[in-house]
Amino acid sequence: MTEIKEDNVCQPREPLSASRFRRNWAKLRRNKAALVGAVLILMYVLSALLAPVLFTGNPSAPNLINSLETPTLKNPLGTDELGRSILGRIIYGSRISLLIAVGVVSVGIVLGIPLGLVSGYYGGKIDFSIQRVTDTLLAFPGFLLALALVAVLGVGFKNTVISIGISMVPMYIRLVRGCVLSVREEDYVEAARAVGTRDVIILIRHILPNVMVPITVQTSLSMGMAILFAAGLGFLGIGVQPPTPEWGTMLGSARSYLFHAPHVATFPGIAIFLAVLSFNLLGDGLRDALDPRFKI
Amino acid sequence: MSEPATPLLEIKDLHTRFHTLDGTVNAVDGVDFDVYQGETLGLVGESGCGKSVTALSILQLLRCPPAEIQGRILFEGNNLLDLDREGIRKIRGNEISMIFQEPMTSLNPVLRIGEQIAEAAKIHKRMTRQEAWRWAVEMLRMVQIPGPGSRSKQYPHKFSGGMRQRAMIAMALSCNPRLILADEPSTALDVTIQAQIMSLMQKLKEEFNSAIVLITHDLGIIAEMVSRVVVMYAGKVVEEAPVKELFKDPRHPYTQGLLGSIPVIGRKEQTGRRLQEIPGIVPSPMETPLGCRFHPRCHKVMNRCQEQEPPMIHLAEHRRVSCLLEA
Repeated sequence: MTEIKEDNVCQPREPLSASRFRRNWAKLRRNKAALVGAVLILMYVLSALLAPVLFTGNPSAPNLINSLETPTLKNPLGTDELGRSILGRIIYGSRISLLIAVGVVSVGIVLGIPLGLVSGYYGGKIDFSIQRVTDTLLAFPGFLLALALVAVLGVGFKNTVISIGISMVPMYIRLVRGCVLSVREEDYVEAARAVGTRDVIILIRHILPNVMVPITVQTSLSMGMAILFAAGLGFLGIGVQPPTPEWGTMLGSARSYLFHAPHVATFPGIAIFLAVLSFNLLGDGLRDALDPRFKI
Repeated sequence: MSEPATPLLEIKDLHTRFHTLDGTVNAVDGVDFDVYQGETLGLVGESGCGKSVTALSILQLLRCPPAEIQGRILFEGNNLLDLDREGIRKIRGNEISMIFQEPMTSLNPVLRIGEQIAEAAKIHKRMTRQEAWRWAVEMLRMVQIPGPGSRSKQYPHKFSGGMRQRAMIAMALSCNPRLILADEPSTALDVTIQAQIMSLMQKLKEEFNSAIVLITHDLGIIAEMVSRVVVMYAGKVVEEAPVKELFKDPRHPYTQGLLGSIPVIGRKEQTGRRLQEIPGIVPSPMETPLGCRFHPRCHKVMNRCQEQEPPMIHLAEHRRVSCLLEA
């Protein structure tokens, strides 16, 4: 459900003619950093999809005899304090992390885009009230806000997504509102009003597609941030609960053995680091590829 | 030319003000004129004299606030300013439509041309998607775009300026409106295309029997296209006349200045002489001069022009001038 929604909104409805798409793709490809990001993301996605193939067995089943093993051929990244394969848990953990990331940006998009559109287009009192709420939310550091929401809602996968999602909403509102403020002054918006188009249609058909590029970029960056936030909550023990393999939770439980078995914390840490890095690289690359040519 | 007795559009004492932080701007200050069914009315004046704001006020396309529109705009007897948002929305594009100055920016770059033309038909004629699309193709054919079927599927960046303006015209005409407000429809185009667009508009106007309010500062177009002219200066009407009389016998010194600033190649008395210009610039609407608004630039200025606002003097039907010389 969430995935479908995200796809719908994210589809840039620009003139994606074949040549234009090829040009953007060529630009993106020339940007080596973005390409590395895209390849890494693809790897994460593949490992999430193919988890049962890549790692046979239950990643959550303890095997206390093998606890805290250093990397071996059988367990390439070693085992954790309950003797579970770290590689297996990282592979299964990518499912959780990517699902959280997709869920979070869906919450951000579903709430943030309409509010931003309305706020920017109508202005006046509506804008004022939405923006003051946004100001209040932005006054909290994002992670603290997510933390506070978890404290209210409780732990678990669903609440993690909702909390981090809501902490992303003000960013989307601000971004969309800013773009709408400039697009709404365009002649074609006035022309659409002059033929009697309803406001809702103007917002969805005329304005939204024209603000899709910054939203796409922001979405890529937000996914990285969502993974980081989710890992943070997991680390504090208030995110996704064990024994579900989640990178932050793995990191949190490995903390106790940091001096005795540093690899237990290192590998999930690297997984988080690379995931966040790749989304940021892709986001920056998308911005470079899409922004300067946005107005042809 | 026999005109029906009741005008299609009557503008009475229209005031449009913008309340800004620097003060109130009176962009349109007591304008009135009529438009009759099937005629083309020219609205002439320098940049910033309130022509476009008048048109935008008719369709209420100005953001209120900061804008404030007062007066009466009677369309077929009903005051458009009394309508609510929904009411005026049903008028826009359906009864009264507008063609904008900038064809390059007036089409949405992310929507297919056909979709944009079909929009009005979908809204006002309750056509289905396919019907509206077929109608859009038909409209494109009507505005003489070659290959309308494939062209309608293209995005605006594949259209040239002239073709975009044709598409805009198709959009404006797609619901067969009674009145078209054309705000400098050819200013942004080069001269050959201008002529094509103008003759196209003339042709379609006759086909659809719509009235046109043609806003322009190009007197050549006025001479060719319109039957009656309203001259505006600094937010007010200074003269109105049937087009022939205006060119033959301009009464207001401003109109005389406008007509005098057109070069006429080969006219004897002009050879070797400097082209006339009107000195100075249009006063800012925030600090309009006392008395007659034109007096600081007028070559026939008298003492009383500085204190007394000139009354509107009706010389004949559709022939009026606002100048103390006539009083």
